[in-house]
Amino acid sequence: MIDRKSRDLSGNRILGAAALGAALLFTAAPVASEPSEADFHAALQALDTKKFQQKAQAIEHLGTLGDPRVLEVLESLAKGRLYVRKDGRVVIAERSGKKYIVQDAVSGRPESEASKKELKKIKVNNRLRRLIRGVTGQLALFSDDPDRRIKAADNLSKNPNPQILTLFRQARDRETDDAVRAKLEVGIAMLELEADDPALRLAATATLAETSDPDIRSLLERRLQTDAEPNLEIRDTLHGAIETIDRKLWLFGIAENLLFGISLGSVLLLAAIGLAITFGVMGVINMAHGEMIMLGAYSAFMVQEIFRSVVPPELFGFYLLAALPVAFLMSASMGVLIERGVIRFLYGRPLETLLATWGISLILQQLVRSIFGANNREVANPEWISGAIEIAGGVTVTLNRLCIILFSLAVVAALAAFIRYSRFGLNMRAVTQNRSMAASMGIRTGQVDALTFALGSGIAGVAGMALSQISNVSPNLGQNFIVDSFMVVVFGGVGSLWGTIVGAFSLGIVNKFLEPVSGAILGKIVVLIFIILFIQMRPRGLFALKGRAAGD
Amino acid sequence: MKTVSKLMAAACLFAGVFAASEGVRADEPIKVGVLHSLSGTMAISETALKDVMEFLISEQNTKGGVLGRKLEAVVVDPASDWPLFAEKARELIEQHEVDVVFGCWTSVSRKSVLPVFEELNGMLFYPVQYEGEESSRNIFYTGAAPNQQAIPAVEYLMSEEGGSVERWVLAGTDYVYPRTTNKILEAFLKAKGVAEEDIMINYTPFGHSDWQTIVSDIKKFASAGKKTAVVSTINGDANVPFYKELGNQGIAAEDIPVVAFSVGEEELAGIDTGPLVGHLAAWNYFMSVESDKNSEVIEKWHAFIGDEDRVFNDPMEAHYIGFQMWVQAVEKAGTTDIDAVRAAMYGQTAPNLTGGTAVMNVNHHLSKPVLIGEIQDDGQFDVVWETDGVVPGDAWSDFIPESAKLMSDWTEPFSCGNCEKPSS
Repeated sequence: MIDRKSRDLSGNRILGAAALGAALLFTAAPVASEPSEADFHAALQALDTKKFQQKAQAIEHLGTLGDPRVLEVLESLAKGRLYVRKDGRVVIAERSGKKYIVQDAVSGRPESEASKKELKKIKVNNRLRRLIRGVTGQLALFSDDPDRRIKAADNLSKNPNPQILTLFRQARDRETDDAVRAKLEVGIAMLELEADDPALRLAATATLAETSDPDIRSLLERRLQTDAEPNLEIRDTLHGAIETIDRKLWLFGIAENLLFGISLGSVLLLAAIGLAITFGVMGVINMAHGEMIMLGAYSAFMVQEIFRSVVPPELFGFYLLAALPVAFLMSASMGVLIERGVIRFLYGRPLETLLATWGISLILQQLVRSIFGANNREVANPEWISGAIEIAGGVTVTLNRLCIILFSLAVVAALAAFIRYSRFGLNMRAVTQNRSMAASMGIRTGQVDALTFALGSGIAGVAGMALSQISNVSPNLGQNFIVDSFMVVVFGGVGSLWGTIVGAFSLGIVNKFLEPVSGAILGKIVVLIFIILFIQMRPRGLFALKGRAAGD
Repeated sequence: MKTVSKLMAAACLFAGVFAASEGVRADEPIKVGVLHSLSGTMAISETALKDVMEFLISEQNTKGGVLGRKLEAVVVDPASDWPLFAEKARELIEQHEVDVVFGCWTSVSRKSVLPVFEELNGMLFYPVQYEGEESSRNIFYTGAAPNQQAIPAVEYLMSEEGGSVERWVLAGTDYVYPRTTNKILEAFLKAKGVAEEDIMINYTPFGHSDWQTIVSDIKKFASAGKKTAVVSTINGDANVPFYKELGNQGIAAEDIPVVAFSVGEEELAGIDTGPLVGHLAAWNYFMSVESDKNSEVIEKWHAFIGDEDRVFNDPMEAHYIGFQMWVQAVEKAGTTDIDAVRAAMYGQTAPNLTGGTAVMNVNHHLSKPVLIGEIQDDGQFDVVWETDGVVPGDAWSDFIPESAKLMSDWTEPFSCGNCEKPSS
């Protein structure tokens, strides 16, 4: 059919050949003679070579065999799980502790475990992974699982090439799932843009105008720029389609910035709520606030390590829930220690407090560095908060950020309710508003001070647990947040929880709208200048406390 | 008059004591200064280098030391504080009278100690890949210069093997190393015919943690229908959230590969590398390279540090090579005198752990192989490309017009770091 020796190895040809193979498999599979066992075996062994060029040939050959085992072999290869055993056979192996669990690639039968020395990995590079993606994509297009079909259609339309068109059309005709069919229609339209029939081209343009993908926009634009489209009427439709997509992209751009801003705002909010208590309510300039966040993140790390070694793996994803109280208690008890040990002797002396807490922050950092080492610790994202949801047209929101938005709001709500409705909240407000009056009413102000500080620190710890999902867990973690936290609290209004919320979200959103225009660095500077000017005009921040509550 | 003679006597006494102490020194250990941050932001990278120096010195001592004298490490902590680096360097040379210093990571710390080493005529081994455009008589650069890391990496991505990349994002942290490297890369890309609009340059502050906008911008930039790659000079803590965001937004290495110059085994230790498989790094050394020398050293390192999970990375190999060359140069010179050792350094060779031999050139840079590796899900790299032989490090880039005409040669008759090349 095709002379293998003289075949050119350019990507298109390979994909084309594979497409032909796959098409053969699925249209004429019952008729085609079973490929012999020896063929498959030989093709598999051909992967055992150092040269990437030869590996590419072997992969392409495997794709044409139409053997159902090819899919597993190629997927293992892409994942780096294909090895050559000492005896020269190609096997699929998976690491498990120090040993590797081995499975024969031809028969699929499990065999004896092997150590690292007995196995030689068959290396792949990005080019081969792309090639494999093309080949397996064509096989997976007819898989039973709609998720795999949709992924395959996605991958294949990333490098559109004419040979895939037939395959896409076949897949569309037998497709039952609407979402997959829509993807296929778009893929077909991308290819039909170059069809000979003007009617087809026109229809394709109309289909593509429905999308909001910047990739497709640039595809349409290239059609225009290179003058590949001779038909004037279609050129007009192309212009129209680009405009439609542009309008959508503009809207999505704003939505995206808004989303990013809210997400950044929620991170700022989380970092600042604890400070809103210790600094906002108690008036303690607590430079060790960042380290309370860090302790929370390390608590999450420790709980994770315990879960890894004790709890069955299917429950591992829930370690974050277990880490929540641990992080709170850890930071809260450290908070009590600091308040009772140092800060209570310094009430009313803000400068000394600042210096003392700064010293404490350095001590805590070095303590953690000595215990856990200076390196980043890996805190894994549990399965249920990994990945992203695509809202529309390339606007994606990652799940961990979404969780943090929800989590920060939940924490604020819980805190506000606690201060408003609990007896301790009442005492706390009483003591901070008028200490001597509260004392004469029989409230033990010292105890309330300690517990309030513990509450603020504990919440910082909970924030640290959440931030461990998006940030580094290292001894420096706290330093990254301390300046931002003070900024939010001062801007929002010292002593006002509501101000902290509004402050955090508005700073986040402003920052994210500035960033695409000015760059990350200038954006930050502009925000800082804005806050300085704002504080000049409203020294007490957005939501200043009024009347007696304002204290001095 | 009397006071003068008293002074003279005192001076004589002093000199006598000094001479006596010179005599005693034969039994005293040779002091090796270690100037790496053990606290502060850079501790994450530099602590391992302090450990590796202690490892190398203890290894050398079991072999009998140097010139029959034991080696002794003098460890100080400059705490990631750049001016403190200069103070600590002065302390090492003046107070502790060390004979050589191994230290620094960031370029700014090196720039801070450079005048101290030149003033006091010290000797510094600097083990980290850097931006070049510098040559000092008192510093040996055992890390990669741009032509040993950045340029080969970009050439690889341009090749068919690397994916024929036509559109480039140069993303870096905002300080001297990324700015200079990107300046060189931009000039190089333009020389290769890449158009202005196909290059996007982006800088972020140290420790930048919110990468949503930038990753989404990269995605948009890549949607122009041309194969796009990201060249990352992002340094330090900012890398973890950057890679996490890439993974979460579903940018696979097959679509937009990211090649990094500051991300090694040590930095990956804090990341789940599952979603990052295929992203690249260019170094002169990877821990995963299979060679007898490499596995022997790693085994000894693990035994010394008492932890099987500790990694060995490129700057650590640079210290390994630099230390070995210094030991050989001291043996050759027969003294620890700085000028004599310096003269003995040129042409010193030491085996690379990945095979082949590193050579110290007269411009104080090494000739080393260049390797490009892809991240694997176990946090190691698989080498996918390497240079045929060693590449000599170039202090002055050929792609910056004002530097192209400069040369560095610290032997006679030039003995100069930034002279114009002789025209003949």
